[in-house]
Amino acid sequence: MSGQRSLGRFLRENAVILLFLIVTVLAIRPSGLSLVYIGQEMITRLGRDSFLVLALLLPIYAGMGLNFGMTLGAMAGQFGLILAVNYNLLGVCGLVFAALVSLPVSLLMGYICGVVLNKAKGREMVTGYILAFFVNGVYQFVVLYLMGSVIPVRSKAIVLSRGYGIRNTLNLDGVRQTLDNLLPLRVGPFVLPILTFLVIAALCVFIIWFKKTKLGQDMRAVGYDMHVAESAGVPVDRTRIIAIIISTVLATIGQIIFLQNMGNMATYNAHDQTSFFAVAAILVGGASVKKATIPNVFIGVCLLHVLFVVSPGAGQKLFGEAMIGEYFRQFIGYGVIALSLVLYAWRSRREAERLREGLRGGAAEGGGK
Amino acid sequence: MRRLRQFAADFGWPRIIIFFFLVALFFAAPLVGVRVDASLSDVFNRFGQNAFFVLALVPMIQSGCGLNFGLSLGIIAGLLGATLSVQLGLHGAVGFAGALVLSAPFAIIFGWLYGKLLNKVKGEEMTIAMYVGFAGVMFMCIMWLLLPYTAPDMIWGYAGHGLRTTISVENYWIHILNDFLEIRIGPFFRFPTGEILFAAFGAWLMWLFLRTKTGTAMTAVGSNPDYARASGISVDKMRTISVVISTLLGAAGIIVYQQSFGFIQLYNAPLAMPFTAIAAILIGGASVKKASMLNVVVGTFLFQGLLTMTPSVINSWLQTDMSEVVRIVVSNGIIIYALTRKTKVSK
Repeated sequence: MSGQRSLGRFLRENAVILLFLIVTVLAIRPSGLSLVYIGQEMITRLGRDSFLVLALLLPIYAGMGLNFGMTLGAMAGQFGLILAVNYNLLGVCGLVFAALVSLPVSLLMGYICGVVLNKAKGREMVTGYILAFFVNGVYQFVVLYLMGSVIPVRSKAIVLSRGYGIRNTLNLDGVRQTLDNLLPLRVGPFVLPILTFLVIAALCVFIIWFKKTKLGQDMRAVGYDMHVAESAGVPVDRTRIIAIIISTVLATIGQIIFLQNMGNMATYNAHDQTSFFAVAAILVGGASVKKATIPNVFIGVCLLHVLFVVSPGAGQKLFGEAMIGEYFRQFIGYGVIALSLVLYAWRSRREAERLREGLRGGAAEGGGK
Repeated sequence: MRRLRQFAADFGWPRIIIFFFLVALFFAAPLVGVRVDASLSDVFNRFGQNAFFVLALVPMIQSGCGLNFGLSLGIIAGLLGATLSVQLGLHGAVGFAGALVLSAPFAIIFGWLYGKLLNKVKGEEMTIAMYVGFAGVMFMCIMWLLLPYTAPDMIWGYAGHGLRTTISVENYWIHILNDFLEIRIGPFFRFPTGEILFAAFGAWLMWLFLRTKTGTAMTAVGSNPDYARASGISVDKMRTISVVISTLLGAAGIIVYQQSFGFIQLYNAPLAMPFTAIAAILIGGASVKKASMLNVVVGTFLFQGLLTMTPSVINSWLQTDMSEVVRIVVSNGIIIYALTRKTKVSK
């Protein structure tokens, strides 16, 4: 009896991840891709995306939900990369330069995002999402109109022919996969980007360490209950802003890692889907709005990207149209986010109801005595 | 002076700033060689085009479901109605009415399911609505490719199946509302009487509805759910009704939009549409919790005015296309302003 119940509970709690696993496994065969190919893709994408997804963890600890405002950090990172290409800085040196240049921008963005989200308590996610749209407008203004006219740009190759504004696609050949290839390791048929993995591992260690610090503990307290934390003397607003600032800075570095792997950058669109992919990944990995762990990140990146790799082929095979696979993967991405948000909201409402029932029962007993 | 300041505070600074910006644009227009009458004509046309979308947001705001970021579900229902009407070869007024009627059952079903879903996730409606809307649009992208439409005007010529990205309604019901009692003054000014009348009719019906017993109950649910429940109103039922109405209006909205625009836009097109409508109603002074017909009219007019005037005036002035940036910054800035405002009613 209790075994059955715990199985049911297991299924309910892991509904998203199980559903996803089934769809993915079913899509592997019709895609016609070899397992070695899929494995290599998975390794590449783990290196490419994990850092970005890890950036989501701290705001979740602080009870601010999924940080859709991470896109702000991504835009700051792109700004840094544009400058690195402008000064023709090559290799890891260029990447470090990009990260350092974008640091002040991303600190500022994180601060703004934190302040705005503090004013929208209870609807952080939707506000963060719209804030990303808003800052996208500012980013376009800076990159498309100010760069080359107000902000000096040395390299003529990256400027639009009209004399100002950056070209639509930016060639990142100078820094392309330099981080990945600095310490490559071959294991059987697979190539592992060891240095990228080391950077990601360092971030994981940082997050584990950070959770144990005073600030990390405060963050958990704020995430658990803002009012209790406030009365216990935790500066709630400040802690929340710090969580968002760290997340934004991590997203900046994450986007730089992402783009060095891609090797080129769609100047005005590269950040459009950053938060979408990152959020979908962490949710697929079994995280919820309130609870996420480091394993959730890696499981999620693997699962989501295996499906993304196989879906165009599967769409072609099953429906005779590759476009269907493309739409299908977007549908799955959005659907997964919707589904896990729904499941979470539904569950927490039921929990609240059960607590209320409990209170009522308790009161009745008390009255009886 | 104090009364003036009080008035400004009530009216909201963003609205005042945008109003004066728009007025300034109209004054600047002749200086940079943009015709004012042609611009006004555009503004009226776009007002009629978009008013229904904005109107569609009112019921859900009133019933406490927040801003309907999932309006795309209604738009999808409208697209189904419009494509079915073309598929059946309906022309003229019959075609337009046919599209409206055919879209209604889809809108009711989608709205009902969507409303049930939102009832289960009270407090998190907006984020979930957004993603449900996105997922719906993506699902329909697959469907547009697979559904067995056969009208040659709509499907890809060489593949022989799958709907086109844009479908012209020129041979069917283009400008069916716009041309009704149209007023022309000079070569450039056209007043789309039918379209404006239709929008006014919709707004009037909504105004009436909000004053019926159901409408009042719905507003009560939005302002104070506990009080509403105590006075015997079914909170969930009222919320579902509001979502169904919103979805129906969204469906009607896209069909009105198409007859004026001239094309049915499929695939990714509905993704961004809810955001424009939401920005408009918020510019009009609505909050996440309260909206009136005045908000709808003022908001649609200001926002569409801004969208019409910034490209023409700013582009002629600066000789570059900054309109997109202005649009993004203004519309999303307004949404953020509304989301961060302290509302007196708590969740």
